[in-house]
Amino acid sequence: MDETPPIQLLDPEGKLVPGAVPGIDDEFILEGLRWMLVSRQFDIRATALQRQGRLGVFSPVLGQEASVVGSAMCLDPSIDWLVPQYRELPAMLMHGFPLEKHLMNLTGNPVAGRIPDSVKMLPTQVALAAQFPHAVGLAWGLKIQKKEGIVMTYIGEGASSEGDFHEALNLAGVTGSPIVFFLQNNQWAISTPRRLQSAGRFADRALGYGFPGFQVDGNDLLAVQQVTSEAVARAREGHGPTLIESVTYRMSFHNTTDNPSKYQDPAELEAARLRDPIKRIQAYLRERKLWDEKKDTAWAAEIDAEIDAALKKAAAAPPPNKSQIFDNVFAQLTPRQEQQRKELMGEA
Amino acid sequence: MPEMNIIEAIRSALTLEMERDERMVILGLDVGKLGGVFRTTDGLQERFGTNRVFDTPLAEAVIVGSSIGLAISGLIPVAEIQFLGFTHQAFHQMGDQLGRYRYRSRGRFPLPITIRAPMGGGTKTPEFHPDAIEAQFVQSPAIKIVMPSNPYDAKGMLLEAIRDPDPVLFCEPERLYRKGRAEVPEGDYTVPFGKARIVREGRDVTIIAWSAAVEVCEVAADRLATEGISAEVIDLRTLVPLDVETMVKSVSATGRCVVVHEAPLSAGFGAEVIATIQEEAFYSLDAPIGRVASYDTPYPPASMEGAWLPSPDRVVKQVKKTLKA
Repeated sequence: MDETPPIQLLDPEGKLVPGAVPGIDDEFILEGLRWMLVSRQFDIRATALQRQGRLGVFSPVLGQEASVVGSAMCLDPSIDWLVPQYRELPAMLMHGFPLEKHLMNLTGNPVAGRIPDSVKMLPTQVALAAQFPHAVGLAWGLKIQKKEGIVMTYIGEGASSEGDFHEALNLAGVTGSPIVFFLQNNQWAISTPRRLQSAGRFADRALGYGFPGFQVDGNDLLAVQQVTSEAVARAREGHGPTLIESVTYRMSFHNTTDNPSKYQDPAELEAARLRDPIKRIQAYLRERKLWDEKKDTAWAAEIDAEIDAALKKAAAAPPPNKSQIFDNVFAQLTPRQEQQRKELMGEA
Repeated sequence: MPEMNIIEAIRSALTLEMERDERMVILGLDVGKLGGVFRTTDGLQERFGTNRVFDTPLAEAVIVGSSIGLAISGLIPVAEIQFLGFTHQAFHQMGDQLGRYRYRSRGRFPLPITIRAPMGGGTKTPEFHPDAIEAQFVQSPAIKIVMPSNPYDAKGMLLEAIRDPDPVLFCEPERLYRKGRAEVPEGDYTVPFGKARIVREGRDVTIIAWSAAVEVCEVAADRLATEGISAEVIDLRTLVPLDVETMVKSVSATGRCVVVHEAPLSAGFGAEVIATIQEEAFYSLDAPIGRVASYDTPYPPASMEGAWLPSPDRVVKQVKKTLKA
């Protein structure tokens, strides 16, 4: 196995490694940090709300903010498609999906949470790896029709053991589809550690399918952005797919039903906290006099207010109605379904 | 006699058989240190070691497919698929392979494999997790399909499943996992397949169900009793093999029947039950057989599942309709 360390621009203390040159300006870096903070604050708020029974089951991004945000920063939401799994909230928001819609889905109001027609994004996917063939089909279709834009799709290292992952990568290679496969290796598939998932390096799998694969330090916003922007450029220029393995760490639970204390070594989690992606980019910006306590406090308050506003909008949405059970089953219900709908609504 | 919930009853069966038969192995997602997402295998890896209880990579097809190879090598695999809805990711290994290996090898390679999977709705789980797709496997004719509804049956039928010389799909009613405790023998016993259980006797109508729907029917029968209607409730326990005799005997006595299941109506296993009863007991029937099932739509979002799943209300309503017919 290739033992080259993952590509890094910032070390865990937030210092540029020798020879590293950030590919983006300070303003864009600050924008990235802001999305990372939105993600972190949302996870904390949402977890508290879930514990109070106000939100359904969800999977936090916590610890993976640089990975998700750094990659999504490379997309152009006006032409590119985002195909998420379910642990990429900031990418969805950056792509134009409103936070209140996400909350509507989490509060059991998915009709109100429909993805707006203007947002080029597929629904989140809990059938693991099932989104990969869809993403390849979408990218292939763009290529066939000479439409502009590329596709970026996300997966975890656990789900990458599914057959759909491999079948999709193979097809993408054969068709030369304009797609970036962004694999977040967060070291855990619920309780199953990375070493039991694959004996090889995830990034190396790309070679077997005939396109390049890169391993990047997923807690380094600048490195993730740089590697992904190169992959996006390759796709845009017609050079086909890229697989990116973003090496990160799930600093929280798999989802709100999970209890990692049953299987996770606390020392490992402590070590991961020292590599916190938010602290790293903040340290870099602090060194450049672009970040201080004052800004930290001001942004936290602003973001909290944004989350409050989204919660308010979600609560004000028209509540789910049982008649919606029969909406969008078909363009037109079969006579039997129509009869069942009437029975449900007491119209029979 | 100790009292156990379904989780504890399943764990008790797994532990007993692991002790009794050293060929038995447990595999699946998170079955090791975590003890399964519902803790059915809690403590088993610690006790029996990583050579007998192992976490697999995240791929349902390879869990079922490798179980076939493990069995041929001489082991007795008990595989867990985290949720029955995700057996779709292993469907080609189940219907086409697991259910046909004895047949296609002309008896050379029988497969003593048990696939355990939690299933069913009513707990507000995410998409795909609650789907009741048991009938899909009935069309793969050589897999036994076991649908326990209570702790006693869960333990006895799981021991029966593991010792069965053929593949068994063991569907666990997730909603009832921790719902209540019942008396369950600590030691070894089995509940034979193909023997339905008469949950309560009644004169006026036969209600047939399996898995978590049995509980819904019991609640409905209680309510009907307060209105002077005596309902006999039958828990089929296994869909394959099917206990035709118990169904026919009951319907012959009551003359009326309602079938209740959690899967969508069309081509649900209820259709098979009804076809069988009309073949075997047509002249005893005083009314058309009624059905209460989920509607013919994808499983709805959690906030609406209560209106979609069969409820005691709907069962009561259908029974009254059948009695009037």
